[in-house]
Amino acid sequence: MPTEVILPKVDMDMATGQISRWFAEEGAHVKKGDVLFEIETDKAAMEIDAPASGVLRDVTGKEGVDIAVGAAVAWIYADGEAYGADAAAAKQDVAPISTPAGEMSTKSTEGGAVAPTSHSVTHPSALPSLPPLGISPTRGEIGQSPSAGRATPLARRLAREAGLNLSTVSGTGPHGRVVKADVDAAIAGGGAQAAPAAKAPAGVPAAAPAAPVKAMSDDQVLKLFEQGSYDLVPHDNMRKTIARRLVEAKTTIPHFYLTLDCELDALLALRTQINAAAPVKKTDKGDAPAYKLSVNDMVIKAMAMALKAVPDANASWTESAMVKHKHADVGVAVSIPGGLITPIIRKADEKTLSTISNEMKDLASRARSRKLKPEEYQGGTTAVSNLGMFGIKDFAAVINPPHATILAVGAGEERAVVKNGEIRIATMMSVTLSTDHRAVDGALGAELLVAFKNLLENPMGLLV
Amino acid sequence: MDAMVRELSYAQAIQEAMAIAMDMDERVFLMGEDIGVYGGAFQVTGDLVERYGADRVIDTPISELGGAGVAVGAALTGMRPIFEFQFSDFATLAMEQIVNQAAKMRFMLGGEVSVPVVMRFPAGSGTGAAAQHSQSLEAWLGHVPGLKVIQPATPYDAKGMLLAAVADPDPVMIFEHKLLYKMKGPVPEGYYTVPIGKADIRREGRDLTIVATSIMVQKALDAAAVLESEGIDVEVVDLRTIRPMDKQTVIDSVKKTSRLLCVYEAVKTLGIGAEVSAMIAESEAFDYLDAPIVRLGGAETPIPYNPELEKVTVPQIPDIITAARDLVKGVR
Amino acid sequence: MATASKAVTNSRANLPFVYRQYSAEQLKQVLHKMYLVRRFEEGAEECYTRGLIHGTMHLSIGQEASAMGICMPLAEDDQITSTHRGHGHCIAKGAEVKRMFAEFFGKTTGYCKGRGGSMHIADVGKGNLGANGIVGGGIPIAVGAALSSKMMKTGKVVVSFFGDGANNEGAFHEALNMAAVWKLPVIFVCENNGYGMSTSTARSTAVKNIAERAAAYSMPGVIVNGNIFSEVAEASHQAVARARAGEGPTLIESKTYRHRGHSKSDRNRYRTKEEIEDWMSNRDPITLFESELREFGFIDDKGIEAIRDAVAQEIAEGIEFAKASPSPDISETGNYVYTEQA
Repeated sequence: MPTEVILPKVDMDMATGQISRWFAEEGAHVKKGDVLFEIETDKAAMEIDAPASGVLRDVTGKEGVDIAVGAAVAWIYADGEAYGADAAAAKQDVAPISTPAGEMSTKSTEGGAVAPTSHSVTHPSALPSLPPLGISPTRGEIGQSPSAGRATPLARRLAREAGLNLSTVSGTGPHGRVVKADVDAAIAGGGAQAAPAAKAPAGVPAAAPAAPVKAMSDDQVLKLFEQGSYDLVPHDNMRKTIARRLVEAKTTIPHFYLTLDCELDALLALRTQINAAAPVKKTDKGDAPAYKLSVNDMVIKAMAMALKAVPDANASWTESAMVKHKHADVGVAVSIPGGLITPIIRKADEKTLSTISNEMKDLASRARSRKLKPEEYQGGTTAVSNLGMFGIKDFAAVINPPHATILAVGAGEERAVVKNGEIRIATMMSVTLSTDHRAVDGALGAELLVAFKNLLENPMGLLV
Repeated sequence: MDAMVRELSYAQAIQEAMAIAMDMDERVFLMGEDIGVYGGAFQVTGDLVERYGADRVIDTPISELGGAGVAVGAALTGMRPIFEFQFSDFATLAMEQIVNQAAKMRFMLGGEVSVPVVMRFPAGSGTGAAAQHSQSLEAWLGHVPGLKVIQPATPYDAKGMLLAAVADPDPVMIFEHKLLYKMKGPVPEGYYTVPIGKADIRREGRDLTIVATSIMVQKALDAAAVLESEGIDVEVVDLRTIRPMDKQTVIDSVKKTSRLLCVYEAVKTLGIGAEVSAMIAESEAFDYLDAPIVRLGGAETPIPYNPELEKVTVPQIPDIITAARDLVKGVR
Repeated sequence: MATASKAVTNSRANLPFVYRQYSAEQLKQVLHKMYLVRRFEEGAEECYTRGLIHGTMHLSIGQEASAMGICMPLAEDDQITSTHRGHGHCIAKGAEVKRMFAEFFGKTTGYCKGRGGSMHIADVGKGNLGANGIVGGGIPIAVGAALSSKMMKTGKVVVSFFGDGANNEGAFHEALNMAAVWKLPVIFVCENNGYGMSTSTARSTAVKNIAERAAAYSMPGVIVNGNIFSEVAEASHQAVARARAGEGPTLIESKTYRHRGHSKSDRNRYRTKEEIEDWMSNRDPITLFESELREFGFIDDKGIEAIRDAVAQEIAEGIEFAKASPSPDISETGNYVYTEQA
């Protein structure tokens, strides 16, 4: 028996994925463990290894189309294993879910023209790409690509009536099925994806402001602009997920905001000292310091320690119970092309500043190339979003469930401050803590924020 | 003036209906095994033999096929027999007369005759009677054009539907769940009918339609009460008649709730739930479905003797709660 | 033909039963009907061969005296249940051949409006509750009809026709038992033509005579030569009297023979040509009855010829009627499944 190569589920709420790139071609000999292809999920690009050694055949999973999780995308035939019509026939239903029926391949064999029926195909170089079961190309819905994935009949009807392209809607139902709520949310969001269903958390962008809720359909939005005055850029999976999860967070979590100013002078001085003391490390690109702390690294550590000091605030809300965390895992919003992602520094309270700093550099760089593993961006107990590098003075961030808090960090700047009746200059930084009021009440949030401020202003505490 | 309403058991309601029918129409009589002085295996006929005499409450030999045939012949020639099977399982012995004769006589004869026979079938599990005395075979008969098949779920319906059955010109098969016989409920005195072929919305809800039959109606209502506390609002449709089925009530309900769960005691495969599911899938309600249709039916086994095994063989309240919750929460 | 003739002459004192019991006119009418049955079935067979009738049919040619003899003492509102080999019963009970032909042709003017065909031919108005496609199916129904008669005190007698095959069905035993227990006015008539399809009674039935089974249900069991009209009619007469008197059921075994195969697909492999030839040449019920009528002076050759001509004309007209009648509209396929209610 040939070995099936499937599109694996690599993310918790992943129902479909796209192969961004194949590393082996039809007919190529592959070794078990070789990288076969790369999947783009909404968060990351994942490399998938060959599950067996042999010849790669029937590569039906095309690049750049949505494919259902678990669908076979190719087969590996052991050396010497017969490859024939029976096998091909058995695999007819392997199909990328967004291949339009019109593209049904009738590729002939190497030898010449052969009818595309399974019984007559003896050595196809590629199987016909059939539409997935249950979606008949002859029953295409008006204004609807026949390639749309799973959706309930109700969702299909509502989308049809609203003129909404169902393929732009992410499903939150079982198996990624688009349900009524998804369509309602999409319509409410003007075609953007959103869903209030209580699904498992995944790495979620934190710092972006929540999208304004518009009860407008795509058509209604577009009608407001002159034709030709814009380009339409289809959403990628990351954009859909960001939109969906932010609407979910902003509409279901009662946000509560607290703002404080922190004086940074002591912290900046300490940072300079520590960085100057960094030992030199040999690298490919020549000698480099073993670490180079940023203010943000210190903010991460301070936030983690503050949570340890105020453990009631290190919590997650669930309907049945309060989840009280034993570690402070701090997510850090990283802006990347096309979106943002929140890799997590686990047990940041226990890590040294240099460890945090190096870890952060690695995570950020891999985030930008979309190479993070799901476990590197899922979970966490709080998050930090820093827009200080843009000179932003103060802002409020959207909580990233399952977190109960998020700290929005503004720019450090010299301000005139009044201290002991005197006006003097100090480097000040405004921070705003957003809390999930179900889990963290105002006073508790204030206690946390004060603990954070104390650590920043007395930074030696960060070293112990 | 409204009739006086009392609490009667399901069995008492049936007995009262039979007495009223016999009082109103001298063509009505009862036939069955041990329905006379014994009072019926489940005491449904009770003391009717004392009130109406052995000529109208006729004990038959243990001859289900012959007895059913006699009832058919009597109905064909002007009488209004009510034939009691001791257990619905014994329908197997009489299928010839029910399926080939009673159901088809009018059709075969081009409408020249009617067969107004009523047959009563004590059905279902839960009494420890094991595999040959616990079946739910209503779908067998529901498959036969010419028959009407009903499953009253309350004492009120048991009386009103039996009286409707006696008045009906065609053969009506009544499946009575044995565990319902002791169920009490309000029953008006005197004559009234509950229409055959009309489902009843026993509880209105927004989130999910449960279509249930017979004893599963009460179980579904109990489940709905629990689900209500979780914020899940269940509509319970009591199908009452499986042939001819009240499609519109089910369709309308599913259009409202967008979700359908069918709950019935008979073996799941090829049962009432299959019919209701397919009917909905074919109907205008299809475009209103926001989740797959789910069936909860009996296991694919005979009914076992052991009480614990017997219980798990048919849907119970927790099963309904779980299935309903999963459907509404989008787990399935 | 229900009422026995009062004009019984002393000169007939030594003649067989029917010649003492019935008038010459009544007996000629019997011959007419026996011919009607024979020619009806021959006509149906021919129409079948020409493709005018579909399905199949079970011919009772050779059994005419049995059907006629049993029905002889019945009143119009007495009832019968019949079998798949029931054309003779239907005509004997008073049906018109044109409406029977129409039914065979599947036409709306047929007795069952084209829904029943040969196997479910009925004439409820004349008390024929219907032929039955299920062997033994009509026996309990006849008992039920007899129960109605008793409960409603209508005085009706019910005859259940069935074949030798049915005597091995459970329904036969259950029904006979109940009829006997409740002393119902029903007569069980087993037309034993020797074969249940291909299996002879010798190979299928433990008792030599099916009538012996009556003893198990405490009712009289009577054996008659089913090809001799008078014998059959006499036995039926007595059974009807017993039933009307409230004394309960009788089982009559009418030993006869079918000249044709079981149905149109029968290749007659289970019996010999000689056997069939013998029954046709020497024991044909119509020939036997005709010669008795002639011998006892009830009819002459001219009279017989007149009957044959009249029957031939009736059959020809019947077939024409059937051909000319309309077929049911396809839109009416669903009719008669349930009783139409206002």
